Amino acid sequence: MMIFVNLLIILCMVMMLIRLFVGPTLYDRVLALNVFGTATVLLIAAMGFLAERPEFLDIALLYALINFVGTIAVLKFFRYRRLGDAPEDSEMVGTNSGDGDA
Amino acid sequence: MELALTLLLFTLLVTTAIAIVFMTRLFAVVMLSGVFSLLAALLFIVMDAVDVAFTEAAVGAGISTVLMLSTIALTARSETPTRTSSWTPLAVVVLTGSVLIYGTLDMPNFGDPTAPVISGVAAGYIERTPSEIDVPNIVTAVLASYRSFDTFGEVVVVFTAGIGVVLLLSGLGRRRRRQGGSDR
Repeated sequence: MMIFVNLLIILCMVMMLIRLFVGPTLYDRVLALNVFGTATVLLIAAMGFLAERPEFLDIALLYALINFVGTIAVLKFFRYRRLGDAPEDSEMVGTNSGDGDA
Repeated sequence: MELALTLLLFTLLVTTAIAIVFMTRLFAVVMLSGVFSLLAALLFIVMDAVDVAFTEAAVGAGISTVLMLSTIALTARSETPTRTSSWTPLAVVVLTGSVLIYGTLDMPNFGDPTAPVISGVAAGYIERTPSEIDVPNIVTAVLASYRSFDTFGEVVVVFTAGIGVVLLLSGLGRRRRRQGGSDR
């Protein structure tokens, strides 16, 4: 039973990888990366139950945090075109954001 | 069972690496390197190296993705095709890889109960830590007391590298913004 869960999650990861390889726009790739991270969290938990050591669950929690912070960073980068410092003038932000062609 | 999972994960890892090599859009390369780190961390967890997996996920998938994105913000967004021959780098990589594989030949097998790391000093640490250090966590005792100078050196190295990265990124960003002629 648990092995089927693991294989299904890996199948999801393969599909996300395909979307990452061929993804036409940037946002497909960002979303695919986010879902891939979620699938990683699920796979860590499912592998813990497969090996009958569910104490790996807290590691899965850490991965969820990292995945969230990474996605926020990527999206902030696409919005403001830079990281670390907030934009000084907000009208500059509106002009050069939102081109998802990369 | 777990062998099949490991082989599947390794296949995904190799596929991701090949895709990173052949992709020229650097945003996609950054995303794929995050995926590569996540897969590597999963493999570490399968091999019970949980602390290494922690580090790989935090550094590989978290911090280095952000660092590469800010590098892209300072440089170009797509890879320029190289004109020089790629045979010399390939030879260097193959040579380094074979040296590394040669280095693993002397190491004990995975899960070997007679490995030096298990049969060596570990029992001594477990036995002596409660009386000598009086810290309940043995890993903390080893890192912060038995190897405190080593840990101190690591912290200094990481701190210096962080200062360097912050100086590089902030200095470049400020110069570019000044050159770019802010219209305000």
